[in-house]
Amino acid sequence: MCVGARMGSIGVTRVYNARMRLHNFPGGLKLDPKKSVSTVRPLHVCPLPDEIVLPLAQHAGLAAEPVVAVGDEVLAGQLLARAAPGLSAPVHASTSGRIKAIEPRPVARAPFADETCIVIEPDGRDAWRRLPPIAHPLNAPAESLIERIHEAGVVGLGGAVFPTAEKISVPRELLIVNGAECEPYIACDDSLIRARPHSVIYGARIAARILDAKRIIIAVEDHMEVAYTALSRTLARELAESDRTPADPGTRPGSTLHFEEDAEGALERPIPVDLVKVHTRYPEGGERQLIKVLTGMEVPSGGLPRDIGVASINVGTAAAICAAVVHGEPLTSRVVTVSGAGIAEPRNFEVRLGTPIEHLVAAAGGYTDRAARLLLGGPMMGLALPHDRFPVTKSSNCVLALPADELRDHTAEMPCIRCMACVPVCPARLMPQELHRHIVARDWKATERIGLFDCIECGCCDLVCPSHIALVDWFRHAKAELRHRRDEDRRAVAARERFEARQQRLQRQHAEREARQQARKEQLASPEGVAEAIARARARKGQAT
Amino acid sequence: MRTFSTAGAPHTAPATDVRRVMLLVLLALLPGVLAHLHYFGPGVLVQIAIALAAAHALEAAMLRARGAPMQRFLLDGSAAVAAVLFALCIPPLAPWWITVVGMLAAIVFAKHLYGGIGHNLFNPAMVAFAVVLVCFPFEMSQWLPPRPLAGHAIGLVDALRAIFLGELPAGLGWDAVAGATPLETVRHMSSEGRTLTEIRADPLFGDFGGRGWEWIANWYAIGGLFLLLTRVITWHVPVAVLGTTILLTLPFHLLDPDFHPFPLQHVFSGALVLGAFFIATDPVTGCSTPRGRLIFGAGVAVLTLAIRRWGAYPDGVAFAVLLMNCAAPLIDRYSAPRIFGRPK
Repeated sequence: MCVGARMGSIGVTRVYNARMRLHNFPGGLKLDPKKSVSTVRPLHVCPLPDEIVLPLAQHAGLAAEPVVAVGDEVLAGQLLARAAPGLSAPVHASTSGRIKAIEPRPVARAPFADETCIVIEPDGRDAWRRLPPIAHPLNAPAESLIERIHEAGVVGLGGAVFPTAEKISVPRELLIVNGAECEPYIACDDSLIRARPHSVIYGARIAARILDAKRIIIAVEDHMEVAYTALSRTLARELAESDRTPADPGTRPGSTLHFEEDAEGALERPIPVDLVKVHTRYPEGGERQLIKVLTGMEVPSGGLPRDIGVASINVGTAAAICAAVVHGEPLTSRVVTVSGAGIAEPRNFEVRLGTPIEHLVAAAGGYTDRAARLLLGGPMMGLALPHDRFPVTKSSNCVLALPADELRDHTAEMPCIRCMACVPVCPARLMPQELHRHIVARDWKATERIGLFDCIECGCCDLVCPSHIALVDWFRHAKAELRHRRDEDRRAVAARERFEARQQRLQRQHAEREARQQARKEQLASPEGVAEAIARARARKGQAT
Repeated sequence: MRTFSTAGAPHTAPATDVRRVMLLVLLALLPGVLAHLHYFGPGVLVQIAIALAAAHALEAAMLRARGAPMQRFLLDGSAAVAAVLFALCIPPLAPWWITVVGMLAAIVFAKHLYGGIGHNLFNPAMVAFAVVLVCFPFEMSQWLPPRPLAGHAIGLVDALRAIFLGELPAGLGWDAVAGATPLETVRHMSSEGRTLTEIRADPLFGDFGGRGWEWIANWYAIGGLFLLLTRVITWHVPVAVLGTTILLTLPFHLLDPDFHPFPLQHVFSGALVLGAFFIATDPVTGCSTPRGRLIFGAGVAVLTLAIRRWGAYPDGVAFAVLLMNCAAPLIDRYSAPRIFGRPK
């Protein structure tokens, strides 16, 4: 579908759904998307649980610092913990109630250690306290928008939970809005787009305004027909409205109509948006892979998208930006897919952060008899949970209960037959079998040289391995081992440097002392020196008396 | 609260396993085996049976000696593939102990002494072939003429008697039953100064290679295409082996067609097609990078042609593969693909 139109009032031709030339990323696998397992039912709001548990570290960087005390009454949207100095994000109450405890609770992050959480006992009113909306967001100064996004606790909802304010603080040419959630079953982005296409587009426009981007690309997968239509209709309506009359966007939150005004108040052209369907091929939704598909550029190994002038945000993040700026709502909820044959009524939920997974599963009708494994995330990269008493956090995109017959048998491992099946599927163009061989041999240098840290842990190699080797498990362990070794090396280097500095200091002091004594000896050796010394001694005596 | 067992991601079950891969290879060999049966009689079936029995007996003994899990490894299919490939390479009426010695070399020496499946440096079937070829040159030269040329039909009982007892049907001697292979004939006659046109007038030759042999090669190629379609092998090695053979022999043939066989005669002679699809594609002992596999295949072709031209043996596929096996780790090291995001 190609929706093109001429903007009569400005005289600029705008094509929303450009037939872009798409590129290929290396490797990957065609997997059955299985999205409809959950999307057959509409998006629901998950009911209030008896207890909300909000970890202080739901984002990349430092844990937030609590600003409330046990016993305080709080409102939804109220700040509970402020961002620590440095890379961090604040945490807000996701419903109104009383602070029951601030204590260590289990969080769904390996190795499942207890981390400090703020526990709220909901009062059932769900009363809100919002931040003041920012009027005319597309004309507002970038600093105030960044400040708002930061104070609203917006982080990347695609999984990495990197603080968004930090991510979009550097100007970029191109903004990519990632709606390609390639892992099977996960449909939270799909559901969100279907429900709130306006927020996604408007949030993207705000982000593009901050980034000073020249272009926005919204990418969805080719099987996401409904979401695609919702976005393209919204964009088409935006275009039609702009032809009629430039309205004030600030008065109509969620509207996609907006123009930038220059100093004279004349209308500038809005940033062009391309809505693109990409072929479903796992792991297409990976940031590096999607950037390659849309632009043909490769993010440098060990680098970031900003190195090539690209910013990429998840559709959920875009909607959260919109909510924070236009409605003054901090990030207190997200869409979570609850799916798999182990769930009675799989569906997508708008979930208040801090809701226990147990409660969320109950809202989806509970477990079926077949539930054998509980995953946070998808079947390819998800984290297996030992129990369901973990809270939903900003990074939780999917709760999956899988039956035993969909799980791999970890006991059936055979030796590697070097069949190379893993090489053509690797999106990082690594040679997994070689990595495995070097790791088994504990040849760490070679392991790093051939690209261990370029591995994105997508699991494609595991899936095609006829020997059923848990390759990604090996890679994860090797990465942990190498990081540990690097830390040790760094500590050893620091200790050595401290020691050497001390030795040098002592040597220097010694040399200085020697030099002083030497100078004094030389002074005393000459007659003038002796006379001077006597004079000095007399002067001292004279002063004393 | 409900508890669950945990494991590392990915959680999805892999779509294939080693046994399935090996079974697909065996299935792909079936057309070639049937063609072999058609042209050279039931001897090949007896050899396959002996090889399979010996290979699995030795495999079981070695697994027990090494303390490896019997159930997981004994029937993984890798011993069966080595056994069938070896049986297809030896003269159909070769004495039974040739096959047993071959399997001893393949399973005990080439495979288990290197650490079992996945760890062997050299292709077990080719090690076996090279060992018996070097040790028993007379027995290994007793090939049969293909069916239309044989003046006699050798049945299953005759084959069994010949293989196990060394007795030929009454009235027949080895001289009458066995003969030289087409490649040996070419080598022999051209050393006498005959031109290829004269040599090819011999009834032993068909349209391209040897009569019968060329059809067996065709059926191997069809099995090879099946392996390509089922993605058990990639295109790199077969294309490199066959392409290099054709490209390298074409100019010589055009310059002097009397002394240099035309490219397709090379392709359809000896074990080249079998080697291109089933032997040089062995993952364990071959290269594992795409570029490496092209180099590996080209190397096999060049060495095979060199051995056919100058070597002491009429065909050189086995030695070519073994020599390239030595080079595989080095080739792998220098042909690794560029990692995503690294400078070009």
